[in-house]
Amino acid sequence: MLEAVLLGFLFSLFLVFAGSYFRGKLAVLSSIIPISLFVYFLSFIPEVSNGEVIYENHEWIPSFGVNLSFTLDGLALLFVLMITGIGSLVFLYTSAYLKNHNYLDRFYGYLSLFMASMLGLVLSDNLMSLFIFWELTSISSFYLIGFNNDKADSRKSALVALGITGIGGLLLLGGAVLLGDVAGTYRISEMLSMRDAITDSSHYILILLLIFGAAFTKSAQFPFHFWLPGAMKAPTPVSTYLHSATMVKAGVYLLFRMTPVLNGGEIWHTILIAVGGITMLYSAIHIIFRTDLKGILAYSTISALGILVFLIGIGTQAALIAAAVFIVVHALYKASLFLITGIIDHETGTRDVTQLAGLRKVLLPVAIAGFIAALISGGVPPTLGFVGKDLIYESTLHFTSNAVLLTIIAISTNVLLFYAGFVAGVKPFMGQLPKKFENIHLPSPLMWVPPLIMTFAGVVFGIFPGLIESAFAKPIAMTQAIAFEDFHLKLWHGFNTILGLSAITLVLGTVLYLKLSPRHALENSIAKFDFISPKVLFLKLSEGFAVFSKYWTNFFQTGYLRHYISTIVAFLILLLGYLIFSDFSLETDFTALADLTIYEISILLMLLAGVLYTVFTKSRLAAVAALGVVGLSFSLLFLFYSAPDLAMTQFSVDTLTVILFVLVLYKLPRYLNLSEKWLRIKHGILSVSFGILITLLILRVLTEPKNTEITEFYAENAYKLAHGKNVVNVILVDFRGIDTMIEISVLIVAALGVFGLLKLRLKTRDKK
Amino acid sequence: MEIILAVITGVLYASGIYMILRRSMVKLILGIILLGNGVNLLIFLLGRITKGEPPIIDSAEKVLEGVYADPIPQALILTAIVISFGLQSFAIILVKRTYKVLKTDDLDQLNTTDEDS
Repeated sequence: MLEAVLLGFLFSLFLVFAGSYFRGKLAVLSSIIPISLFVYFLSFIPEVSNGEVIYENHEWIPSFGVNLSFTLDGLALLFVLMITGIGSLVFLYTSAYLKNHNYLDRFYGYLSLFMASMLGLVLSDNLMSLFIFWELTSISSFYLIGFNNDKADSRKSALVALGITGIGGLLLLGGAVLLGDVAGTYRISEMLSMRDAITDSSHYILILLLIFGAAFTKSAQFPFHFWLPGAMKAPTPVSTYLHSATMVKAGVYLLFRMTPVLNGGEIWHTILIAVGGITMLYSAIHIIFRTDLKGILAYSTISALGILVFLIGIGTQAALIAAAVFIVVHALYKASLFLITGIIDHETGTRDVTQLAGLRKVLLPVAIAGFIAALISGGVPPTLGFVGKDLIYESTLHFTSNAVLLTIIAISTNVLLFYAGFVAGVKPFMGQLPKKFENIHLPSPLMWVPPLIMTFAGVVFGIFPGLIESAFAKPIAMTQAIAFEDFHLKLWHGFNTILGLSAITLVLGTVLYLKLSPRHALENSIAKFDFISPKVLFLKLSEGFAVFSKYWTNFFQTGYLRHYISTIVAFLILLLGYLIFSDFSLETDFTALADLTIYEISILLMLLAGVLYTVFTKSRLAAVAALGVVGLSFSLLFLFYSAPDLAMTQFSVDTLTVILFVLVLYKLPRYLNLSEKWLRIKHGILSVSFGILITLLILRVLTEPKNTEITEFYAENAYKLAHGKNVVNVILVDFRGIDTMIEISVLIVAALGVFGLLKLRLKTRDKK
Repeated sequence: MEIILAVITGVLYASGIYMILRRSMVKLILGIILLGNGVNLLIFLLGRITKGEPPIIDSAEKVLEGVYADPIPQALILTAIVISFGLQSFAIILVKRTYKVLKTDDLDQLNTTDEDS
């Protein structure tokens, strides 16, 4: 399986180098990749339908428990077949749709990158690798959505999509880490046996919210749904692939995968049913107000995703089977409708449904595909849509609470989806053909055959639902860790309530389609409410954040050195001060002061006078001279306290510094007191308190016993190992010889810098 | 003795920080030098003070024995003095160049890039 996942990545890498060959006629050959993958995964059907689960493990970072472990069970198989199957058709379609496009190879590269990430996502058994593939889908979809990168709209939509799904990715990471922490493993298959431990843990609610956040952003649930309509700026094959079968279903997949691990009662059901219910109805109502074909499809997609989340929320076996079947139904009809929309757009140059009519006369095969797709979407027998819709009603009717309300919501949504399917799949082909469209020709078969294949599949599966039952529905039901009852998918259940509800849906849908037609007036009327739409609110929030971060940055990053230093010092004072005062005992031995000699006292007074004079003098020369006094006092101090080497170094260095200072001083401007008085006082208080803290800190440290281990080593070995009698020198040139060498190179660099600055002659232009 | 040196270290820190907070670049350099001296003294103090016993082995002996000053802080400070000399000389020359080009010693007039001014 690893090879299958890697194939797409390798192909996109290959396109980086050999892409130019795939822009022309060879482009169609790229579809060999998804087709061969599709065939490869088809070969697993017999094993999976026997209830087998195929595992494969490749170690990656075993110390973190992060491995490339793959599972192929019914759920994964359903998704990989959709990904590769619809992928094959999209690859074929693209070669005609974007024929001779300058960047066709790049498009294929992104597409196969995306496909491979998606395969990795649904096959991953390890939560961490699932997260990585999840992020890869977000990133590759960013490139796909923004493919027309010369348009500002496209770029913005891609960015919004990346922003929302990126937030979801972070949430997923958080959820995965917490879940891994609670379960002690990142392998989902090992978590299955720990459901009780996970649902009882104190982190359960947090894990649930994080995983929900990830799924809702990815699957465009309310109120994160708005990135999806925006993403319609992408070329149609992208919309087809991302929004019918793959990207947006990743969130649904995650919920599905997590059901046996996290499904722990009331809260799981409540949140999912509420969010899914709101999403499916909210966006289904939005469909009425759209006139752009892709806009209609976008909102009906969101609505369908809502239905899926809703069904997973109900969580009974019937509901989960309904969800599995509905995933197939939706993939088939939505992908077909997108492809059909693409053909219409490609041939007529418009997607405005109010202008399109009568196209059946020129695009007959497309019209047939559109009609069947609309039937599947509307759930008209004998298509698979009918089977799917029945299952949905069955699960809402048998839910323990609010069954009537849930059924009403489901019916209303289905009526609106019926309308959406017919507006998108039938309306453009009916009525009188406008004159301007009379010269349209049927495009390449590569474009109109894929939707026909999918719609026929939808009918065949509808007539023989057993095909789906053994391959996906039963294995999925078995992996969901709920009491498995045998069942059979059937087209015809006999006369019962569910059939009645189906009939009501069809009648109401037909009435809606006949009475209501998409109008621009409706679209404009809803535009008035845009200011409270989640999209606008989200954009405002992100703008507000940008403004906030600007103020925040400007507040701290003023560009004045003294602001930085005083912030740092003030912070240090607070921190150190707190630490010292919370735990401070000063036991200082004042008796030692009696041993002071007159030499020591005079040197210390000299030092103190030098420091104070340096700070307070108004003359620069005096300040530099006083600094010299400080330095010389230091060398005397070192001399007294057994550090002759330091004394000599300090003496020579300080002399040199003073000389250097004096040499450049005469060229400088007047020595002024530039700061105001209150600023000087403020800085004075700040620095004096810092000085006091340092003093206290030293006194505190001096009460601790000293570790002499290293000192003893040097005292012992200075002569024995290095044959030197001056221990300080031996340390510097022998034990730490390389440090000293590097120090010398630092000095050389400084000397070079000084030399360069002195020799630099600026051109007149630079001086200005 | 350590108490007085600890107070002196505090004074050096305080005056160093105060000078660094001034607007004049010369004062900034003076502040860095003072702060550097304070740091050296701090390190010196941590090795404790010993009078008149430098860490030098007697010509007759092979190991350092008895009372002696800690050589490690001394080695560290020696490095620090030399490095800070490099820093100081570079900074002094930099101030000189800056004044030559920009005709100012005021840090506040240096906080914009060419494009802004």
